Amino acid sequence: MSFLTIAFAALFYAATLLLVVGLVRRIMLYWKTPAPLKIPTTPAPVTQSGVVMRMFREVVFFESLFKSTKWTWLFGWVFHMALFAVLFRHLRYFTDIQWLMAIVAFVSPLFKYLAFAMIIGLLGLLGRRLFVDRVRYISAPSDYLMLLLLLLIGISGAMTTFVAHTDVVVVKQFFRSLMYFNFGDMPNLPTDPFILVHLFLVALLMIIFPVSKLLHAPGVFFSPTRNQVDNPREQRHVADWARKLEQ
Amino acid sequence: MAKADFEIPELKEYPEVPKVVPGTMAHSQPFIAKPEFQEPLGFPGELPEDWHDKAISAMGDLLGKYRSLQVYLDSCVKCGACTDKCHYYLGTKDPKNMPVGRQDLLRKVYRRYFTFAGKYFPKLVGAEDLTKEVLDDWYSYFHQCSQCRRCSVFCPYGIDTAEISMAAREIMDRIGVGQKYCNEIIGKVYKIGNNLGLPEAALADTLEGLEEDVEEDTGVAVKYPLDVKGADILLVTPSADFFAEPHVDGLIGYGKVFHEAGVSWTLSSKASEAANFGMFIGSYENMRRVSMRIREAALELGVKRIIFGECGHAWRVAYSFLNTLAGPFDFLDPKYPVPQHILEFTWNEIQKGTLNIDKSANDDMVLTFHDSCNVARASRMGPEPGGQFKIPRNVIKAVCNNFYDMAPETIHEKTFCCGGGGGLLTDDLMELRVKGAKPRMEALKNVIEEHGVTNMAAICAICKSQFTKVLPYYGLDMDMIVSVHQLVSNAIILTGQTSEDDDDESADDAA
Ligand code: SF4
Ligand code: SF4
Repeated sequence: MSFLTIAFAALFYAATLLLVVGLVRRIMLYWKTPAPLKIPTTPAPVTQSGVVMRMFREVVFFESLFKSTKWTWLFGWVFHMALFAVLFRHLRYFTDIQWLMAIVAFVSPLFKYLAFAMIIGLLGLLGRRLFVDRVRYISAPSDYLMLLLLLLIGISGAMTTFVAHTDVVVVKQFFRSLMYFNFGDMPNLPTDPFILVHLFLVALLMIIFPVSKLLHAPGVFFSPTRNQVDNPREQRHVADWARKLEQ
Repeated sequence: MAKADFEIPELKEYPEVPKVVPGTMAHSQPFIAKPEFQEPLGFPGELPEDWHDKAISAMGDLLGKYRSLQVYLDSCVKCGACTDKCHYYLGTKDPKNMPVGRQDLLRKVYRRYFTFAGKYFPKLVGAEDLTKEVLDDWYSYFHQCSQCRRCSVFCPYGIDTAEISMAAREIMDRIGVGQKYCNEIIGKVYKIGNNLGLPEAALADTLEGLEEDVEEDTGVAVKYPLDVKGADILLVTPSADFFAEPHVDGLIGYGKVFHEAGVSWTLSSKASEAANFGMFIGSYENMRRVSMRIREAALELGVKRIIFGECGHAWRVAYSFLNTLAGPFDFLDPKYPVPQHILEFTWNEIQKGTLNIDKSANDDMVLTFHDSCNVARASRMGPEPGGQFKIPRNVIKAVCNNFYDMAPETIHEKTFCCGGGGGLLTDDLMELRVKGAKPRMEALKNVIEEHGVTNMAAICAICKSQFTKVLPYYGLDMDMIVSVHQLVSNAIILTGQTSEDDDDESADDAA
């Protein structure tokens, strides 16, 4: 195995560990922190299934963002949806499950062009950050860097498909060996720069995910204004720390 | 037009989003509460020497107690969707009045002390130490948020700046930096039972006066009872209803509705105030203590139901929190929700047909309706989501012939704040109140021009007081703001009523 391959293998183990441990800890924190009062933003659903629907519309269609700013919605939504489509396509590196592979293979020819949609969405978001004075005012360096990071990931990834084809069979083998700790079969990673940059930046993204604003991904599910049922007259809702006041 | 030593914003036909002008409102601060008003609420009297550490540990404490705070401080992606949604930003151009700008005042400190990125890469993520300047900014800008929650409607993660403002105010209270207006009022509630400090005798006097007035006008002896044991309904209403215009006309209206519905009801001198300023300062303990009076009053009087009068944030606390804070209310009649809103009661009676209504009594007015923030975005009426929009309008339309809504992006859950909510209804914040009212004034002016609207109805004591004060700055008449139950009162013909017209102005226009 080449030094490069070993370095990347180590990097991906570290990144995965940090991502999983970081996210689990954060989610546990959100889970355990009490929500002592009902604060759904009304009009809110009065049933649990209504809340599930509300959350679904929020997560899949970005309903609230659509209400606020159409441009931001357009760029943000296109970016996220393209990202998920492209990620779905990446399943082919991790699985041998036949039916899943069949679906991936079926959508692949179309989904690969969504990399461009992802890049356009990101450029739109960056443009907003640069040219709308209000958004510029609230942006910290990390907000720009995050967009640049995602842009570079998108561009380098697209390059490996559209410009300098990477040997995906080898890449797949590399990740399957990583997943099964099967180092005997681990091939050397291809050395073309686009795939190496791509993989490096992805690992970086995984590492900073749990300490960055990317926490909005789990956060949205824990947002009391969105995930609470509007039934405070019917049900009491006393947090443990508040119950102490009742004694 | 009222005189002002600041620039009054010009109303445009189409609302414009201003360019940011940093610092326009940095000078705006409410008076600080004196030690004698801090202590009864359980807060230190003044800034202690180790205020910095105390503030950080208070922040840590609140982070552990409120999921909203923890999640909201982590989740903002700086998308900017909320930046043009706050009436205070639209009216003042100060970027720290953009919801995310306001949150960031707290968030940068949170990051610095509670997150990995902020501890090790503060510059990169915009984290900052808590300094005296930052504290100063907190005091300015967290008292420029009316906790109206308009931003929470538009944020993709539902981030509610009100939650953050409340937490910030609680932190400041815990280091002795309280706001005079709120904290003095809470103190009065503890001491005397209401925000205005009206003692029991004065209350009784006022109510007697009302009875006389109504009887003189109508010939019917409508009762406005106080502390009647064994009454069915306990009415809790904002103390402004006892004497200020147009609030008191609303109280007259509630009495007439109860009278015609044939129910027995009472006010309580112990819980003679619906408002709960504990919410404005973000203090669960104080909010609970204020709420407990209502439970005690209900128990002492032995009532079966609790109904709240027209007050926005009081209704939020009542609807959303009362059961949690002061419940369970299993000693009340389970047939009715606890508590109910007076509009739920009135709308029910209208549907049953118990009220004899002459709509033409309100023909001298063309009305529009101002959705109060706390009712619109933080509570409900009736069983269906959105009942808080429909029921008040249904009642207005049932008692008036002329009604027009303001532009759709300025009503319902997108309603604009009056500019005086959240404990900002104090004269020391007049500039903020006037500027913050701008978006509402614009929408109002448009319906005045398009439909000849003459009056705006509201169901919140703070909205009513704020508009009365602010309308003249925009060249409008302070009397154009009315209570919804004032309209009901005008239109009800009481059983056995002798005179048709209970006040002379409406006689001219009634055909
Ligand atoms: S809309 Fe929400 S996520 Fe976007 S900047 Fe405002 S608070 Fe942050
Ligand atoms: S809660 Fe209302 S006043 Fe406060 S920041 Fe949001 S929109 Fe502005």
